[in-house]
Amino acid sequence: MDIEDVVVASDLSLTFKTADGPVHALKDVNLTINKGDFVSFIGPSGCGKTTFLRCVAALEMPTGGTLTVNGMSPDAARKARAYGYVFQAAGLYPWRTIAGNIRLPLEIMGYSKAEMGERVDRVLELVELSGFGGKFPWQLSGGMQQRASIARALAFDADILLMDEPFGALDEIVRDRLNEELLSLWDRTGKTIGFVTHSIPEAVYLSTKIVVMSPRPGRITDVIESPLPKERPLDIRDSREFIEVAHRVRDGLRAGHGDEL
Amino acid sequence: MTRLLPVLTVLLAIVALWYAAVAPMNIRQALDMAERGGAVVVPEGSRVRSETSVWTLMAQNTGEIARGYALDRPRLPTPVQVGAELWKTTGEMALRGRAFSTRSLIYHGWITLQSTLFGFALGTAIGILGAVGIVYSRTMEMSVMPWAIISQTVPIVALAPMIIVLSSQLGIEERAVPKAIISAYLCFFPVLVGMVKGLRSPSREQLDLLRTYNAGGFASFLKLRLPASVPYLFTSLKIGVAAALVGTIVGELPTGAISGLGARILIGDQFGTPLAIWAALFAAAILAGALVTLIGWLQGLAMRRMGVRA
Repeated sequence: MDIEDVVVASDLSLTFKTADGPVHALKDVNLTINKGDFVSFIGPSGCGKTTFLRCVAALEMPTGGTLTVNGMSPDAARKARAYGYVFQAAGLYPWRTIAGNIRLPLEIMGYSKAEMGERVDRVLELVELSGFGGKFPWQLSGGMQQRASIARALAFDADILLMDEPFGALDEIVRDRLNEELLSLWDRTGKTIGFVTHSIPEAVYLSTKIVVMSPRPGRITDVIESPLPKERPLDIRDSREFIEVAHRVRDGLRAGHGDEL
Repeated sequence: MTRLLPVLTVLLAIVALWYAAVAPMNIRQALDMAERGGAVVVPEGSRVRSETSVWTLMAQNTGEIARGYALDRPRLPTPVQVGAELWKTTGEMALRGRAFSTRSLIYHGWITLQSTLFGFALGTAIGILGAVGIVYSRTMEMSVMPWAIISQTVPIVALAPMIIVLSSQLGIEERAVPKAIISAYLCFFPVLVGMVKGLRSPSREQLDLLRTYNAGGFASFLKLRLPASVPYLFTSLKIGVAAALVGTIVGELPTGAISGLGARILIGDQFGTPLAIWAALFAAAILAGALVTLIGWLQGLAMRRMGVRA
């Protein structure tokens, strides 16, 4: 196995047992994520994109196939604190300040006080929230809260950033801005990012690799290596390449749906 | 302050209702007194009157109604009479330097307050520990929770004498101990229920987040479950402290206690001095109000420190 392969899934399956019979959340998923990739997972509800991310994070246990993260089992990777996870809801603790929220993982991981302060300042700057460390979450807008939750995931040295529809609840304008910021953050930190989204433009704009998924059973229908350059101003979305990739994603989504209709 | 007027209006209405109720409640006694004093009362004779409704009595003896507002041992005293009795047994005695004489409600209130706080502390501790056990252990949940619920269906007045008998069997002569146990018995339940709810209030995502940090059980208790339960705890404590006071007073009632507000109520009943009962009742209500207000104030303080919007 190549050291550059951060996530390797082969024939990965996950079946939930429910009262209405088994639900195939994932079936025979094969995927490799390389170091430094920005991988988006796109597909309709129930296609298993979030489940896949949760498997990588060892928050779900696959029922078949193999999955390695940094060459280890996902649970070993979780224990080695290999990734930071950003949920759809910012999920900041209302009783902690923004700085206090970012300190949370550092406290749990036993960093020294001086180191914590230094790291909090650094990630606050990274997500452009310098000066807001002393505020409480309710004093910030939804977009700022989500940035703080990204900062929280960046505060410790995990090479992988897993993001589950982090901007799903935000309006279009804030979303564009955060997408741009996320790209520049990815560029500066060199992290490997797994990103779940519902939005085709978001997936195409952000990713080096787009994984198109479809439901019942949850599976991959297409993996698109993006031809777009690493440098991506917002208006790249009007370019021909961008529109072509978006087309291919849409076709992949439609094909996935065609099976069941 | 714009609500001052409506609030005062409601208060005045309650006082007015009270005053209105005094007349029918005391009319029989007033007529007895009047008759004994030589006045002509219709119908004559207390036994005949007991067959007549109070409304008829009032209609036939309008001149004697006022007497009902100035009786020495009224069935229902007026607010002013209760206030005067309260003052006589608290402020006035304090002014004479006898605040802690056995005739003073300050003394009896203090006895009750001590047991209440002792029972409250005990009940809160049991409630919180029980809740932690229930949240973290399925076995505890299945074995403790049903008993906790059943315990609250047993009438406390039936249980109180038994607790006192049992604790004297164990050689505990101090009256405060069984009282505090009875008080804790009533107080632990709201704390337990509130804390179970509070400790379980974190969402799945919040718990998952801690899992991604590979946080241990103790860390997630300290950093997430405990702070998340604080608002629930304070709400429960307000109910708990009032329950603790009720428990103490019940513990003082059937037990031959001679001090405490409960004992005052019992003695007032036995000696036929309703004013003493009413004064003790109001002292208990004032005490409960003060305790709940104090906890509310602490809650505000804690919530502000936890960054809750003012």
